[in-house]
Amino acid sequence: MKFFSYSILVCWLLAVLAGYLLQLNPNTIDLNVILHGPSIEHWFGADDLGRDILARILDGVEVSLVVALTVTLITMLIGILVGMLAGFYGGKADAALMQVTDIFLAFPGILLAIAFAAVLGPGLSNLILALCLTGWVSYARLTRGQTMSLRNRQHVQAAESLGAGVPRLMFRHILPLMTSVLVVEATYSLASVMIAEASLSFLGLGIQSPNASWGAMLRDGVRFMLVAPHYVLIVGACLMSLILAINLGGDYLRDKLDVKRETE
Amino acid sequence: MFLLRRFTSFFTVIFGVLLLTFLLIHVVPGDPVEVMLGESASMADREALRTELGLDQPLLQQFGSYLSKLGHGDFGHSIHTKSPIIDLVKTRYPATVKLALLSLLIGLVIGIPMGIYAALKASHWQDFVVTIVSVRLSAMPAFWLGPVLMLIFAVWLGWLPVSGMESNTSIILPAITLGFGLSAILTRMTRTSLLEVLNDDYIRTARAKGLSERVVILRHALRAALLPIITIVGLQMGSLLAGTVITETIFSWDGIGRLLVESIEKRDYPVTQACVLVVALSYVVVNLCTDILYKLADPRVRDSGIRTVS
Repeated sequence: MKFFSYSILVCWLLAVLAGYLLQLNPNTIDLNVILHGPSIEHWFGADDLGRDILARILDGVEVSLVVALTVTLITMLIGILVGMLAGFYGGKADAALMQVTDIFLAFPGILLAIAFAAVLGPGLSNLILALCLTGWVSYARLTRGQTMSLRNRQHVQAAESLGAGVPRLMFRHILPLMTSVLVVEATYSLASVMIAEASLSFLGLGIQSPNASWGAMLRDGVRFMLVAPHYVLIVGACLMSLILAINLGGDYLRDKLDVKRETE
Repeated sequence: MFLLRRFTSFFTVIFGVLLLTFLLIHVVPGDPVEVMLGESASMADREALRTELGLDQPLLQQFGSYLSKLGHGDFGHSIHTKSPIIDLVKTRYPATVKLALLSLLIGLVIGIPMGIYAALKASHWQDFVVTIVSVRLSAMPAFWLGPVLMLIFAVWLGWLPVSGMESNTSIILPAITLGFGLSAILTRMTRTSLLEVLNDDYIRTARAKGLSERVVILRHALRAALLPIITIVGLQMGSLLAGTVITETIFSWDGIGRLLVESIEKRDYPVTQACVLVVALSYVVVNLCTDILYKLADPRVRDSGIRTVS
């Protein structure tokens, strides 16, 4: 499985690199090949405007990865900070924070992100903002739980009694002990942010044409499914393979770092 | 005591959900009225809408009247069709509930037997296959599974209608699309939970009594193993409800999820607000019921009256 996961990831990296080197043109319109199936010229066929699907997929994966990395990074930073403060100090601030996270978690799945993206309007930065607004909650909860259990470890108390300040305690003595948990969580969340981004773009709330995005391509693919089934199938298969590879990578990290996740 | 605490948190969460959905319209960059009506709208129309939505009043007062209107079952009016939103919700909501319940059924009917099978074949190749398939299929998003099912069963085989909700069989494909992910998660949970129980003393006793393996598994082990499943089903109802947004869009199923997407496309924000609120509230209520049901179903809790750590 490990080999499988690596090979898909390596394939994707090579593909993106090749896309750069070959300077494919994802926006070139060729009206003679509209919705044509795979051919030697267009390996994955052409879309409803006669644009090369392969070039657009390679363009879309970049956007997808950029969004996933940005959102994961931002939500993790916010979540860690908020969660550590709450877990470290406890008391009323902690109770209030838990109440807030409860409210955010009362919106199932990506519903809240859909709502935010809808009112913020479409576009890349609003998409990232909507996903960040809703994404920090799970990190905050995870970090809070970890901090609370690590807070009473002897080495933390020893450091405290030697006069270490709060920031030092938090970042030098507590945070390093939960890196493995956070790394595993971040890997899985890369995949789920990619799905969320594709979902929002699928609903027309994310990246706007002419920029390529897998979600928007899937939506077009569904629209032209009866005449050009290859479109939706190829884009969907690409998305699934990348998500599968990232999740398998997460599994590997989880076993390697010996992390037990709450959700399993 | 448990009920009291559970209800308190229930009401705070409801309040928070109301506050957040209320604030949604204030997140709109610029003037929400202009965004909704477009730049060509007349001054009079704008002022009328502003007054109707109460946007000319102080924020706190707006929230107050929002709450009191909701209390009277008044969600306001759709900007697009001018009809009361409550009527829209009333016609669309049952379709979503129907879809969600059928998907739940599909998830249970596939997931639990598969889980039992995997647990009984633990560490054989069958278990390995089932586990790998279920772990990874649960991550399959609806906008990929939906079109694939549509292509195979509606377009190529022609067994089922492509989309819409005219015939009775229209519900099958969207329900499978939604239920599939759930079944994968249930398979995994049933397997884990059954394996834990199978090593217990009372199972050995049951076997020693000479009961048939069938009775031991179905009557003794499964009963205890199914308890955690209740919680999972409750939690998964959330992703089911959220999943309806995309599934309904793909299959043109006229439920609340599609209403949400339509309202977003038309910038009909009061409808968007109402849809988000209705879905979130349903989820909160389902979660409350799950929690209570779980406590009632667990004899250790029911009989002693003490809350055990679950």
